[in-house]
Amino acid sequence: MTTTLLDVISWAFLLIGGASVIIGTLGILRLPDVYTRMHAASITDTLGAGMIVAGLAIQGGFSLVSAKLFLIFVFLLFTSPVSTHALAKAALTAGVTPAGTDRKSGKGAEAP
Amino acid sequence: MLRSLSLGAVLFATWLLLSGFYDDPLLLGLGVVSTVLVVYIAHRMDVIDHEGHPVQLSFGGVMYWPWLLWEIVKSNIGVAKVILSPSMPATPVFFKIKSSQKTDLGRTIYANSITLTPGTITVAIDGEDFLIHALTREGAKGVMSGKMDRKVSRLEAPSETPA
Repeated sequence: MTTTLLDVISWAFLLIGGASVIIGTLGILRLPDVYTRMHAASITDTLGAGMIVAGLAIQGGFSLVSAKLFLIFVFLLFTSPVSTHALAKAALTAGVTPAGTDRKSGKGAEAP
Repeated sequence: MLRSLSLGAVLFATWLLLSGFYDDPLLLGLGVVSTVLVVYIAHRMDVIDHEGHPVQLSFGGVMYWPWLLWEIVKSNIGVAKVILSPSMPATPVFFKIKSSQKTDLGRTIYANSITLTPGTITVAIDGEDFLIHALTREGAKGVMSGKMDRKVSRLEAPSETPA
């Protein structure tokens, strides 16, 4: 009985995670430019990865496997903003025109 | 010195966690040797300081992480809505804010927290000025409200900024 319940919860997490990854991918395809696409990509590595890791950790139970999965999630949380920031800054330095602005570079663009 | 000992303890705990063998003298011995070697090298490189091994953030971090994770979930839903709605109501915007952190470590935590939250990316940092890109104007307003900024400042220096 308990295992069935755990399976259901675990599958719910895995399905939410899978759906998040699909939504993130869809966003990368639909959104107009490199900056906005990065926002879609960050769904994949926060909610997508987080929910999949959570679902797998429930399958693993209270064990070393779950501890290692948790470590994977922590390392993702520390590394993904660094790569996102590097990509965004490289795009800005290379002079990629952001969608929705007339300016050549995004520097000093208006506040909302 | 205390910080080096703490780093050694964390490293050895990680070794135990990743190996999963607790009764093999050879593996435990290798773990001790690696830990001591890494701590010695880190000490020689002078990187065991408040930035390289920020134990002073331990308590505040325990409070900050759950809050940040919940913020991430909320903004994920916001970005997913934008992507899934047929009209795709994205209003991307660049804007500048001033951060209130005093140290590089605090600014790094704040910038990474902004980037980690979907819908907002820290693009450039110049001193206390952050250049941020947001997917929607609502997301930009969320950053401008300064709630995360205050939380990170409190995490950085709990005594200076009262809750």
